[in-house]
Amino acid sequence: MRIMAQTAMVMALDKCIGCHTCSVTCKQAWTNRAGTEYVWFNNVETRPGQGYPRRYEDQEKWRGGWELNRRGNLRLKSGGRLAKMFGIFASPVQPELKDYYEPWTYDYENLINAPAGDDFPVARPKSLITGKDTRISWSANWDDNLGGTAGSGHLDPIVEKVRRESEDKVRFEFEQTFMFYLPRICEHCLNPSCMASCPSGAIYKRAEDGIVLVDQDRCRGWRQCVTGCPYKKIYYNHKSGKAEKCTFCYPRVEVGIPTVCAETCVGRLRYIGIFLYDADRVTEAASVPDEQDLYEAQLDLMMDPHDPAVIEAARAEGIPEDWLDAARRSPVYKLAKEMRVALPLHPEYRTMPMVWYVPPLSPVVDLLKDQGHDGEDAENLFGAIESLRIPVEYLAELFTAGDTRLVTDVLRRLAAMRSYMRDITLGREADESIARAVGMTGAQVQEMYRLMAIAKYGERYVIPSAHVEDAHNLEELGCSLDVDGGPGMGQMGGFGEASGRPVPVAQETFMALQARQTADDPTGNTQLAGRVNLLNWDGHGTPEGLFPHRTAEDVGQVEEPPGPADGTTTRSGETA
Amino acid sequence: MDGAEVPVGIWDVLLWGVLPYIVLAFFIGGTVWRYRYDQFGWTTRSSQLYESRLLRWASPLFHFGILAVLVGHIVGLVIPRAWTDSLGVTEDMYHVMALGIGSIAGIGTLVGIVLLVYRRRTTGPVFMATTKNDKFMYVLLVGAILAGLAVTAISVFDHSVTDYRSTVSPWFRSIWILQPDVAAMAAASLGFKVHVLWAFALFAVWPFTRLVHAFTAPLHYLFRPYIVYRSRDSRRPGRGTVPVRRGWDPVGTPDRERTRTRR
Ligand code: HEM
Ligand code: SF4
Ligand code: SF4
Repeated sequence: MRIMAQTAMVMALDKCIGCHTCSVTCKQAWTNRAGTEYVWFNNVETRPGQGYPRRYEDQEKWRGGWELNRRGNLRLKSGGRLAKMFGIFASPVQPELKDYYEPWTYDYENLINAPAGDDFPVARPKSLITGKDTRISWSANWDDNLGGTAGSGHLDPIVEKVRRESEDKVRFEFEQTFMFYLPRICEHCLNPSCMASCPSGAIYKRAEDGIVLVDQDRCRGWRQCVTGCPYKKIYYNHKSGKAEKCTFCYPRVEVGIPTVCAETCVGRLRYIGIFLYDADRVTEAASVPDEQDLYEAQLDLMMDPHDPAVIEAARAEGIPEDWLDAARRSPVYKLAKEMRVALPLHPEYRTMPMVWYVPPLSPVVDLLKDQGHDGEDAENLFGAIESLRIPVEYLAELFTAGDTRLVTDVLRRLAAMRSYMRDITLGREADESIARAVGMTGAQVQEMYRLMAIAKYGERYVIPSAHVEDAHNLEELGCSLDVDGGPGMGQMGGFGEASGRPVPVAQETFMALQARQTADDPTGNTQLAGRVNLLNWDGHGTPEGLFPHRTAEDVGQVEEPPGPADGTTTRSGETA
Repeated sequence: MDGAEVPVGIWDVLLWGVLPYIVLAFFIGGTVWRYRYDQFGWTTRSSQLYESRLLRWASPLFHFGILAVLVGHIVGLVIPRAWTDSLGVTEDMYHVMALGIGSIAGIGTLVGIVLLVYRRRTTGPVFMATTKNDKFMYVLLVGAILAGLAVTAISVFDHSVTDYRSTVSPWFRSIWILQPDVAAMAAASLGFKVHVLWAFALFAVWPFTRLVHAFTAPLHYLFRPYIVYRSRDSRRPGRGTVPVRRGWDPVGTPDRERTRTRR
């Protein structure tokens, strides 16, 4: 037994309203740069739908993840080591930009600054790839909600699969079925196929917290990892020529605060905590012959943090006491293992994903309500879960490799919680038979309710920080001026964009702000070059181009203007 | 020797006696320098994200071709005639083989690179992503390939062309023992000289272009463990007693280490 700690996340899908706040804040934090315009470390998909990149779940096409070879050993689905080497000059299956989407911006400057005329000015969409006018046709999530399922739902590979297996009966039911949102980040897998595909060995798993990262200095742009990851959560930065991925916001997690996507989630549906798992048995668990056993095998790896033997083994590996304590309080352990309501996404890819999902009960509840039934009555709900095969089969394809029994169990527990708690909220006597029907006690149901409905920040995020004695290693290395070329170089070595040593983050931020204040229009509108975008002006100083140049004549004739010409005196507060 | 009577001038000494070492200094020194200075810029800068229909054919064609050409050059330049003779390989056998395999590889390379250049020029996003450095590199690379193919083709028809195995090859080998056989190279035909000079230019700029990706061809992939664990902190307080297993190397790049020791 080799105990290691893994930072993990649980998302409760019932609470996701599809607002994309997580996606946007993550993008602002991490992929707001040239070369990553099309990249969303966090994306939210409407399901049923095609996802991002489109139809990424069709592994017959994209060949991500692992499969078992004839001898029952794990093998990359995209081929063994030699096959990969022979395919290195042109990756046989790699999504192209059109499978994601072509990123764009709008020519807003034109809209605002166009001279008066007969025609109404427009903000034309401009491609961020070619800089030319473009026609917007797709983005990270353009699968429609219920209204569009009939039109594009059949393009969802999971729908295709469910249909194939349940023959024709789905065809018409689908139109009136269900939808939900699925936020996705990198799974920080225990058995990552991205890592196994990387010829350079640049992708690694951190021994302390299990976060999967790409070493930007070692990545050589062989782009095999993009194919390797079945979730398509490795992205190729087309400017720097390096692979990038979700970092689990490690700089935040290291100091004990949640990831950006979790912190900003308005639905408060994300939980972060750690697992203690047995690293020695990962390969064995990932190679169980029957796909439907993978969930149990994965759950089996998650060790009980209260078990003295586990604690002993963890100490022997040098896991600090506060981490062991955090493991005992871990919300993800509770949801996944104790309450067994959180399921891994696509366990059949055999990567042992570490972002878990509480499947949504809302499709069932909504349907009941639409049909005029009481959507919170335990009998109704249990009955509906049994009879509404399509949502259940769909969820099973997502979370349990098609095992509807497991999904049904989870949904029944959620349904039981719903109706058990309704009685309590309404001041009626609690009906213990509801809890018993799903093999729980009333107290357990109440605890689950606490964690799922009202848990506060400190309970949803139990994140042990990296250690004080490590602090010097977490500092930015080197003085920010101590880089080649010094300040003003930006990320620009001698070999074009992004070459040279990485610029310290503080300096990069400073440069970016400065560039934003003074940049020309991203749409290449040269007519307006040199002007200042007031929206980007922070109110300090007098950027070049903000005020007209004063000629010698002006100075002679006009009195010193009382205003902001020297930029420092006039702040509204001070003059009042 | 064929070239014994050819007079050796000052230019010959400079071009075949001095220049090789200057090029070598650029090639080796530049690579070492770039490897230390520019890990982040060391990449293939793959453009497959933009376009893959043409790339799927062009890139393997070119790469397999150029690697075969590379092997051909090593055989031709490094192995002395005496060795092949002693193996019983006759002059004719040798040349038929070299020409047969060589021209297949050479033409594959040429077709591949023409397709690659065509793709670069005509695919909007790929052209946008082409730097001046790339263009310069392509001129040198295509030039070297064309010169090489030309001199091979000419030598088939024109028998006055000298045999490179008694001119270029001895000179090439002599460079490495620091006693450049300038006379041997001076005796070679003009075609060879042009090809060699063009290749010199290519090798001199090699470390400063995207071609460096060839130096980090990931052969170790065949042997490394699939799953890579690395420690956040290479020094790992409190863990000193746990031996580092294969594949569990500490995090930290050469760059960082250097920054650390410097301060
Ligand atoms: C032996 C190991 C080598 C490997 C594994 C390798 C691999 C690659 C890869 C993955 C690409 C990116 C293709 C793409 O997706 O756009 C590439 C591009 C390129 N390689 Fe290599 N390469 C090797 C050797 C060489 C050599 C020896 C040369 C030249 C003499 C070379 C010249 C090029 C050129 C010119 C490109 C750019 C192609 C384009 O126009 O996009 N490579 N290489
Ligand atoms: S989900 Fe993340 S860790 Fe897993 S294979 Fe994909 S990129 Fe790698
Ligand atoms: S953990 Fe951080 S990097 Fe990853 S998706 Fe969330 S916000 Fe983005």
